[in-house]
Amino acid sequence: MRARLRQQALLLVWLVVVWNLLWGTFSWANLISGVVLAVVVTTLLPLPSVPTSGRFRPLPALRFLGTFVVDLLVSSAEVSWLAFRPGRHRSAIITVQLRTDSDLLLTVIAEALSLVPGSLVLDLDRERRVMALHLVQVRDAAHVERQRANVLAMEDRVVRAFGSAEDIARLDDPSTETPETEGVGRR
Amino acid sequence: MSAADVVASVCLVAGSFLCLTAGLGLVRFPDVLNRMHAATKPQVLGVLLVMTGAVIRLTGQPVVWMLVLVGVFQLLTAPVSAHLVSRVAYRRRHVRRDLLLVDELGVPGTPGPAGSTAADTRADEPADGPERTGR
Amino acid sequence: MTVVAIVCFALLGAAAVLILTRLALGPSLLDRVVSTDALLVTIACGIAVYCAVYRDISLEPVLLVVALLAFVGSVSVARYIGGMLVKADTTPEERR
Repeated sequence: MRARLRQQALLLVWLVVVWNLLWGTFSWANLISGVVLAVVVTTLLPLPSVPTSGRFRPLPALRFLGTFVVDLLVSSAEVSWLAFRPGRHRSAIITVQLRTDSDLLLTVIAEALSLVPGSLVLDLDRERRVMALHLVQVRDAAHVERQRANVLAMEDRVVRAFGSAEDIARLDDPSTETPETEGVGRR
Repeated sequence: MSAADVVASVCLVAGSFLCLTAGLGLVRFPDVLNRMHAATKPQVLGVLLVMTGAVIRLTGQPVVWMLVLVGVFQLLTAPVSAHLVSRVAYRRRHVRRDLLLVDELGVPGTPGPAGSTAADTRADEPADGPERTGR
Repeated sequence: MTVVAIVCFALLGAAAVLILTRLALGPSLLDRVVSTDALLVTIACGIAVYCAVYRDISLEPVLLVVALLAFVGSVSVARYIGGMLVKADTTPEERR
């Protein structure tokens, strides 16, 4: 119940901030109308509650953010080069066995993966935690494996930044990883 | 022209150039999934750069927060729409399988759910008009 | 600053022409969804460049609306096509 309240409060604050940014200025009028509007919106259109078990760790979060920015630059340059370069490139669709089991973290991972290292999330098997990705350019099988390792490293960074202690323990536990990730079905 | 103006100009031109790259990729890439890549990565970075340039130019005016909001929204929403579109694209077989080096989702003979293997062996259906994936 | 404006508008204009080509060619509906999204974002960039170069803030709300419309448009069309897909499939799927 307390977690739910805290979540509601965070949502309210976020909505009020967005409302003020929309008007461009922070003023009392904007603040009060923003609060009223946020309360109306959250009561009229309630969202399902997302179980948030994690906590925020500043240092790993900074590391995640830094890598994210660098990755964004690199992958933009890569895709730009592909667009300009003559000739064709080969793509790949791979499935990756993830170790995280939290809705929120999986969402963050999927968002980050769609933006950065040359990949695009196609599908996610929630029960088996298998994510299907489309890779824009692969040269050979070794390159595919490197990309897979990149995905897992990204998961690692996200979980260490925002996950709970349990999530991190799951990350280090080798038994949660299934040895066979090849050819896993779509759902 | 002050130093801030120079930085802003560089950001604006670089952002516009990345938008051009996105357009070029959209035209040149062979299938929907590849085109999604072009429409997400360079496009998002381009928007962020243009917004940065505009923020630098317009500092001091209250509306800069709106520009920040546009950048944040772009960062949050681009992956969502990219994922939705690419999922539909994959399910509707808008994929050039001959250009795939590895395809772990639709490998024939893999133990997948019955529905998906049936779908994989099904011929490419012309979903919305003739599917000619030209360049 | 005028030079910057000319260069930016030339680049964005070329991008818009390319995207329009894909919009016209695009073999499937999804290609057109993607190009519409990209086109709206390019328009938003153009408005931002205009605001920045001429220090004119009157178009800023338009910029915000265009940027959000791009997202809402592509997501709703993609979901609509996805819905048709679920109906057309023989196996019923549980989708969010």
